[in-house]
Amino acid sequence: MRTLHSLRSPGASRLWVVLALLGVWEIAARGFVDKMFLSPPSRVFSSLDAVLRTPGVPEALVITLWELGAAFALSVALGLAIGLAVGLPRFSRRSFLPIVLLLYGMPQITILPLFILYFGIGPASKIAFGVSHGVFPVIVTVAAGVQNVKPILLLAARSMGASRAQVFRRVILPHMIPSFFAGMRFAMSATLLGVLLAELYVSSAGIGHFTTLFTQNLDPTRLLGLVALLAAMAIVLNGIVRRAEVKTGRFRSA
Amino acid sequence: MAGRPEGSAGAVIASRAVQIGFLISAVALWHLATVRGSVSPLLLPRPDAVLRELIDVLATGEFLGDLGVTLGELAAAFALSAAGGLAAGYLISRSRYWIEVFEPLLAGAYSIPIILFLPLYILLFGLGPASKIALGATISFFPIAMNTIAGFGSVEKIHIVAARSMGCSQYQLFRRVLVPAALPVIATGLRMGFTVALLAILGSETISSLSGLGHRIVHLAENMHMARMFAYIAFAVAIAVVLNVVATLLEERGKRS
Repeated sequence: MRTLHSLRSPGASRLWVVLALLGVWEIAARGFVDKMFLSPPSRVFSSLDAVLRTPGVPEALVITLWELGAAFALSVALGLAIGLAVGLPRFSRRSFLPIVLLLYGMPQITILPLFILYFGIGPASKIAFGVSHGVFPVIVTVAAGVQNVKPILLLAARSMGASRAQVFRRVILPHMIPSFFAGMRFAMSATLLGVLLAELYVSSAGIGHFTTLFTQNLDPTRLLGLVALLAAMAIVLNGIVRRAEVKTGRFRSA
Repeated sequence: MAGRPEGSAGAVIASRAVQIGFLISAVALWHLATVRGSVSPLLLPRPDAVLRELIDVLATGEFLGDLGVTLGELAAAFALSAAGGLAAGYLISRSRYWIEVFEPLLAGAYSIPIILFLPLYILLFGLGPASKIALGATISFFPIAMNTIAGFGSVEKIHIVAARSMGCSQYQLFRRVLVPAALPVIATGLRMGFTVALLAILGSETISSLSGLGHRIVHLAENMHMARMFAYIAFAVAIAVVLNVVATLLEERGKRS
């Protein structure tokens, strides 16, 4: 195994695995599956610009990105406020955190039609559904972060005469930061899921409109191109939040 | 926490009282808004109407067909992803090198919202159960495979060396050392996979399908049968909760054995 290790780096093998998968896809699409339903990767990637030139697609991507941003910002702000309110006082933590966890455990997808009914088929329903997914991880991690402050630190701060506001600002808040950023990472993937679910369910102008359109037109090339663009967008967004989390983690331990 | 004891009987009772009060006031608010207030029954049906519909759904057995479809899809998807995830995870975990090659790939793929593949799966597999099974299996493959790798990959080397030096066969090593050591982590992966498979199947039924619980809810919503739709939502949530509780209990058992 050692010789293998020195011969080929894992990164290179990883590349080969990806290329092999693309190769299988290419062969399957060319030889075995009707081209009405599957398109080979070579054609998908060479027609990415055709997807972007489809009237309405750039706007739809911007709308979806905007929905995501709004849902994420709202999730974080609401989650932080509720998380602090639920997590800080011991009594409310014991009383309300179980209720939050109960709601978090429910499959929200079952009430998606209600969101459309209340907020319409435009961006508002996507943002609301995204928030319904993103807010819970923030609440739970913020409440957990507040809870994990070492009692000795609180005691020390109080005995040195810190006011409640000072304890909050100087002790609790800095200690909460790492779990808050972990919560933001969970919130990002959850918001992505919520917004995309709502988009796919019904959409007037977002990307869901075009995934439906390309599916109904039996246009797998453009459908796959759009899916690839969205997947890339998701990877970038998740990467940004993860990097922010790593950075703050290092800042804390330093 | 310093100071007062965290779990004193009085405090626990007070918390329970607040929780019960919260639930009662939520229902009371719902009742007041719909019965006394001016909230349209088309947006929010009355709680008693929902309860009547729920009893009717349960009594007539109307739910059986859709429940059967959803559970069948779930069983097929989970069987596929468990078989695939366990096999792939075990094979990859046999070598440090392959773990290093595949783990970032799996983690990277899992960070993509796999629900995006639903339109593609519908194109490939149609509107029926096959596309739901494919989506559920794809989504739940990743946590199962990753936890299987983590489980087998974290077995103490010394245990393997000890078992080998005592002359155990390859099968004995697998059965007596590797599996018991890896099972707790694998059980967690299976439970996570089950949960996401259930969500994926309900989700894809909601987005586009011909049958199943998710489809029933959408169908009622489109026809503005609000009370019955709420009844089905309550039913679907209850089913999901029961399934998740069962999965968690099985996970606990897997961890203990």
